[in-house]
Amino acid sequence: MLPGLKTTTGYKIVSEWLSGRGYQPFVFQQQTWQHIINAESGLVNAPTGCGKTFSVFLGALIDFINQHPDDYKIKKNIGLQLLWITPLRALAKDIGRAMEEVIEELGMKWKVGIRNGDTNIVERARQKKQMPEILIITPESLHLLLAQKGYAEIFSSLKIIAVDEWHELLGSKRGVQVELAISRVVGSRESIGRHRLADGDAGVRRVESRLSIWGISATIGNLDEAKEVLISPLKQLQNKEVSEVSPLWGDLEEAGVIVKANIQKQIEVNSIFPDKIEKYPWAGHLGIKLAHKLIPIIQQSKTTLIFINTRGMSETWYQTLLNVCPELAGSMALHHGSIDMELRTWIEENLHSGNLKAVVCTASLDLGVDFRPVETVIQVGSPKGVARFLQRAGRSGHSHDAISRIYFLPTHSLELVEAAALKSAIKENLIESREPKLLCYDVLIQYLNTLAISDGFIPEEIFKEVISTYCYKDLSKEEWERIIHFITEGGSALQQYDDFKKVEIEDGLYKIKSRKMAMRHRLHIGTIVSDSMMKVKFITGGYIGVIEEYFISRLEPGDVFTLAGRNLEFVMIKDMTALVRKSNSKKSIVPSWTGGRMPLSANLGKKLRSTLDQLATGNKQLARELDKLRPLFDLQQQLSHVPAENELLIEQIETKDGYHLFVYPFEGRLVHEAMAAILAYRISRIMPITFSFAMNDYGFELLSDQPIPVDDGNVYELFSIDDLLNDIQRSVNSTEMARRKFRDVAVIGGLIFQGMPGEKKKARHLQASASLLFNVFSEYDPDNLLLRQAYQEVMEQQMEEARLRDMLERIQQSKIVITFPQQLTPFCFPVKVDSMREDLSSEKLEDRVRRMQMELE
Amino acid sequence: MQNPIPHIINNNTFWVSPERCLFWEDQNILILADIHLGKTGHFRQAGIPVPEGVNKADLQRLIAQLFFFKADRVIIVGDFTHSEVNKELELFKKWRKDFPLFRFDLVKGNHDILEDHWYIETNVTIHKKELLIGNFCFRHETRTTDPFEDSATASFVFSGHVHPGIRISGRGRQALRLPCFYFSPGHCILPAFSKFTGTYKVDPKEGEIVYAITGAELIKKP
Repeated sequence: MLPGLKTTTGYKIVSEWLSGRGYQPFVFQQQTWQHIINAESGLVNAPTGCGKTFSVFLGALIDFINQHPDDYKIKKNIGLQLLWITPLRALAKDIGRAMEEVIEELGMKWKVGIRNGDTNIVERARQKKQMPEILIITPESLHLLLAQKGYAEIFSSLKIIAVDEWHELLGSKRGVQVELAISRVVGSRESIGRHRLADGDAGVRRVESRLSIWGISATIGNLDEAKEVLISPLKQLQNKEVSEVSPLWGDLEEAGVIVKANIQKQIEVNSIFPDKIEKYPWAGHLGIKLAHKLIPIIQQSKTTLIFINTRGMSETWYQTLLNVCPELAGSMALHHGSIDMELRTWIEENLHSGNLKAVVCTASLDLGVDFRPVETVIQVGSPKGVARFLQRAGRSGHSHDAISRIYFLPTHSLELVEAAALKSAIKENLIESREPKLLCYDVLIQYLNTLAISDGFIPEEIFKEVISTYCYKDLSKEEWERIIHFITEGGSALQQYDDFKKVEIEDGLYKIKSRKMAMRHRLHIGTIVSDSMMKVKFITGGYIGVIEEYFISRLEPGDVFTLAGRNLEFVMIKDMTALVRKSNSKKSIVPSWTGGRMPLSANLGKKLRSTLDQLATGNKQLARELDKLRPLFDLQQQLSHVPAENELLIEQIETKDGYHLFVYPFEGRLVHEAMAAILAYRISRIMPITFSFAMNDYGFELLSDQPIPVDDGNVYELFSIDDLLNDIQRSVNSTEMARRKFRDVAVIGGLIFQGMPGEKKKARHLQASASLLFNVFSEYDPDNLLLRQAYQEVMEQQMEEARLRDMLERIQQSKIVITFPQQLTPFCFPVKVDSMREDLSSEKLEDRVRRMQMELE
Repeated sequence: MQNPIPHIINNNTFWVSPERCLFWEDQNILILADIHLGKTGHFRQAGIPVPEGVNKADLQRLIAQLFFFKADRVIIVGDFTHSEVNKELELFKKWRKDFPLFRFDLVKGNHDILEDHWYIETNVTIHKKELLIGNFCFRHETRTTDPFEDSATASFVFSGHVHPGIRISGRGRQALRLPCFYFSPGHCILPAFSKFTGTYKVDPKEGEIVYAITGAELIKKP
């Protein structure tokens, strides 16, 4: 019989302490505590800022007090009890401080340690000697811990692994790192337990047999799967102890619990309307003309965060707001990923203290600690997804009864439909899923090397652990053998004349023995690969930030560009640093940072289609945004058609540019890009014809100099799902896409050597660019797993293949409406504007070059 | 495979091969640069598993070119080897023993850091700075604007080091960087012979000619 929570000593002590501070535990916290003392695992689903940390942390304390009711106050140096994994370095200090406070007030002797990239050597050494009872750690530092000799002993006393912000980690390679680390922690405890049992070694501290894993996650569409991913190794490896038969995945779905906080935050969404819809500039996609409308909003609230989708645009917005309202100078700041860390920290501190009136920011402020003074959030342009919009809205109004207030500023008027769609999605709690990553060979290779530099590993043992994770559950024995071969033999080679050396086998133990190699590997642990960046400094000294190398390489001395809200004149490059001086020039180039072009999420796309449906079906009670847009939709209807939810609209228009075909699936730009290429290929099979493409999140365009043979007779066939994979391969230049993906894969998989301090000269002989390695592997080792992974990532991420399939299936069930408008329509205009032309090119290299050459002449 | 293209300099014929080397017909000499032998081995020794097939293939291409042109001498304008001695270099040494009749000349490049005795054992004649044949000069590294210092008689220089590449772009975002031969009136920079090398972008000016290498073929520009 399990003890009821409220009768336990631990509960009494902790709840007394809480009420002493004037708090009542939330129901979800109590539920979590009950599950923890029952030694269960699971997921706590709670928004930030409502005691989610306390749900798991206090649970751990209650459990400990229950186990040691008499001496819980004096017990110290008892080894690691709670491992707290967090994706955010910046959060560690705050969480640690909060935990220490509680521990002190309860009169306990536990210590809280922090382990991440900022932890100094002295502290690390201290931890090595005596682990604190609680360790707050990032996924990267956790893997570094696994690279330390004798790491298994650290985890032998562990009772709870908590993974904070699991929704952030899930769906990234950092999440995979967490999965692998958990599998090792669980596996190493099992194996120590077995050995000690065999040796009858009773003198040593016994392995704590109970281990719970708790994730803490904001709401996402696939909470059940999120839980499954997290606790999979625990269930799989512990099940194996009971029976040797391979575990059933069906059981796992039922394993573990989900505790929901059910705290509904009130969110108020306000759209900012242009004065006159028809006056609205379709062509300008910055919406900067509406900037003056933000000033009263900023002035009326204590602090405002203004979210801009890309770094480049955030620079432009910062300048514009200062021009429109010069009084903001000094009380407004700019925050994005390329700005000097120190300056960013300064901004964050001043956000806390309420000294800043407004901060223009990018996703750089999506996560992290709450800034209490923030009362209002403004989202400029499409947030691309419901979850992201909610997350940003949630950055305002912090006390849990306060209302989160978010303003939506459209960058072109059709985006107002998105505002209406977002409002209804929020009402229905229609939040995107985070798809967990599968079979990341690069992370696995890195992980095995990590184990090889600490205590070494036994392949059979680790294989069992690896396939206990969700990520590698479908890893075949053959793939595993190839990975082992890759790290021990370096792939296939001429044995006699080969120098490969990395993981060596010694008495069945796989180890890296070279100290230099081990040191090098330690420096490369991690899965966040940034673009190669260059520091930007004033010629007189003073660091401004970092900027992508390729941007700088295109500048001539004397060119003026904008960074961190300043106009800077490029002087020269010296020691991998771009030297600049201040410029008063009015004209400047805004760097276009790569990334930041997220596609519209599937959820939001679906919601957009159903929102348009209201217009198509003549719903009288329209959201205000749609009402405002009525003149626009009337024109669309008059010229062409407004599609209902079960319709796909295709417009064929002839202009002086040529023959246009516009298609509106509302599936986001990546799917549109792929679909445009596939459609172009399929049409070109009917007759020889070449196209250029354009696309945005709503639809895409094919443009040709001859009439495009698409009609009611062949259109369903053109959107058929049959032979999709082959058509993708024939139509899309996946090689170039894979080449770009390969960079990350190669860095994570340890193919790219970034050098290390004090070894500069030697390292020069080990330099090779990802692109060169891609060529070499493609030619001489085409079956390489890392290469395969790059192509796989292109399919999954660049083409969103699963979503592409879903779309085609939906279209097959829909009514396809083809119209022939006499002029461009309101729907097609933004596509034309936001266009990025790309030619269909799938010919072999030689032909392609020939043709390009002819075009040059 | 496309046939080599003849390129005439001072009444001498140099065949430009898509296999990244030149054949000097009048002297029966194969000219190449930056073969970086042992580079894959160097990476592999450091635990970076690049496929070693590229090294083997480079060597095979060299042999094939020697037989194709029936050359009896090879001039390498620097970066013959990549780094320190390793097993891949032993493989070359072994091959060299089997085919001792070719004459090998190396104008040392910045990567050629091996001890002199290695070159002696391998039967490779080394030239510290340059090699002069008639009025043709062979160096590792020379900028087009450098005056001829010691070799007053020379009027044309062959060099390597740069790994020249040319960007060929078309409509839209299509662009490719291809290795190339870069000829200016008094100078030729050869492409790196090894396929395990990157390229450095060059911008041909008026009066200069490049031969871009697209896999098995050559494109002459302009």
